[in-house]
Amino acid sequence: MNWRRALIGVGIALPIIALLAYGMTTDPKKLPSTLPGRPAPEFALRVMDSAPPDTVRLSAHRGQVVVLNFWASWCLECRVEHGDLSLVSSMYGPRGVRFYGVLYSDTEANGRSWIREMGGQAYPALVDDGSRTAIDYGLYGVPETFIIDQQGRVVHKQIGPITAQQLSAIIDPLLAATPVHPGET
Amino acid sequence: MSGAHRVILLLALSGAPLFAQTPATPVPSAADGVVRETELDRQVKHVASQLRCVVCQGLSIQDSPSTLAQEMRAVVREQLAAGRSEQEVKDYFAARYGEWVLLQPKASGFNLVVYLLPVAAILGGAAFVYVRARRWTRRDAGQPAREA
Repeated sequence: MNWRRALIGVGIALPIIALLAYGMTTDPKKLPSTLPGRPAPEFALRVMDSAPPDTVRLSAHRGQVVVLNFWASWCLECRVEHGDLSLVSSMYGPRGVRFYGVLYSDTEANGRSWIREMGGQAYPALVDDGSRTAIDYGLYGVPETFIIDQQGRVVHKQIGPITAQQLSAIIDPLLAATPVHPGET
Repeated sequence: MSGAHRVILLLALSGAPLFAQTPATPVPSAADGVVRETELDRQVKHVASQLRCVVCQGLSIQDSPSTLAQEMRAVVREQLAAGRSEQEVKDYFAARYGEWVLLQPKASGFNLVVYLLPVAAILGGAAFVYVRARRWTRRDAGQPAREA
């Protein structure tokens, strides 16, 4: 009978339509990230142009909020956020928040001249040889920014440029939850 | 055979063992580490071909020429050389990039649809063909076919 055939057709088509509809609700350009809410991977990175040579370790900043920004001189969007990052690092530095810029897949000479071109950088630039830290943080590209709380957990991962407002909106509650006395490092 | 031909033949035969004794290229052995390196290469290739290049479209890190893929391959090599199993290396990347980084997703949860749907489609198709074929053969045999 025709109605029975139609029912079979609908029974086959419905799950396929449901599957396609589910696919329509997801953004294929949205990249998955597993880090937020989990402990930030430890790193030990050399500070660019430090004399004597200095190394920054994440474990040395337990109890502080750390903002880790991956950037490169060839990255156009890094230019967009650079001013905001420098501004916010100057505002929150005295409150114990540590900002670091990790040079990704670039030469130190290029990074150095880029910082000069941008009018300086209010926070240290770190060198990630072989992009090991970038891969440890599940980096897709630049710019990407990770905000790490006082317990060493990643609370936010930003893919693309970050603004001063976004940074403040994330950092303020962290500082309010665990007050840091001015001047404490 | 002329005398000249005999001389040429004798020279050729006497020279043959000399050519045979020419030192050949040294055969790789486990002792010089060459064999172990080849095995590591094979393992790296095997794991790298199962990991997605995160900055490409549908390429594995084995096939991608991108810098990040090359660096990810280097991490695969380092970890395998350090004694990690292939599964542990894949888990390392999945922990950082999500299961999305695995070109062959784990057969669990919603992923099961990917594995079961083709099997279900093949079985359904086979059942359909079987039922239709039976009807046709009955018709051919002169039996009245009933509409289901």
